[in-house]
Amino acid sequence: MEDNVKKIMHVMRRAPHGSIYTYEGLEMILIMAAYEQDLSIAFIGDGVYALKKNQDTEGISMKGFAKTFMALDGYDVEKLYVDRVSLEERGLTEDDLLVDVELLDSVEIGRRMTEQDVVIHH
Amino acid sequence: MSHRFLATILNSDKVKIGILLKEGPYNHQAADTAYKFAEAAIKKGHTVDAVFLYNDGVINATNLTDPPQDDRNIADRWSKMAKEHGVEILACIAASKRRGITDDIMIDGGSITGLGTLTDIAIRNDRLLTFGD
Repeated sequence: MEDNVKKIMHVMRRAPHGSIYTYEGLEMILIMAAYEQDLSIAFIGDGVYALKKNQDTEGISMKGFAKTFMALDGYDVEKLYVDRVSLEERGLTEDDLLVDVELLDSVEIGRRMTEQDVVIHH
Repeated sequence: MSHRFLATILNSDKVKIGILLKEGPYNHQAADTAYKFAEAAIKKGHTVDAVFLYNDGVINATNLTDPPQDDRNIADRWSKMAKEHGVEILACIAASKRRGITDDIMIDGGSITGLGTLTDIAIRNDRLLTFGD
């Protein structure tokens, strides 16, 4: 890998619509994806809800953006890590998610964090 | 961002640092911690390349704030750091538009730019440190 390619991990930690962090985080990821860096996204805690199928934002007057996560593949952002326990604690399984992800134990997610040049939390 | 981790960087060999600040002034400690860290890093001889403002962090860059006299002036502090130490203070344009931050009300030494610049900052520095909730 070239010297100027950085390993950058984005960490989604919140439910998608209680605050703007997930949405603006996704905007950041989409721009960074154009720069051909080694991007990954980890979904931990309430962050796993960002990927949940069948979200309906009509009643809260907010733009739904869950489907944008499905477009990440087209931007070559393919490393999507989901914390297994966070998912289980919320009564969800991989089948409830919009995209294919890698289910990992928190220790493994932590290990991958330490491999990064940059970690940005959202 | 733990203080122990920040201390490790401060005491390391000289590095080039970019800062990402994700919270607004006064409402949250992050704006103060980011400033204090940048100040300490400069004092230790590190290079602070840029402070990129995102989310409510863009509110750090308005010159309209008018805090009480006996409090710290966060916007002035950033402005002074930009002018005295060449630190770029950059507000994300998309985040700024949402929050009414424009070139007309920008602090001296600050400017509005895109997320591509943040990516450049991440690439060209030894460290990109994120301060936020």
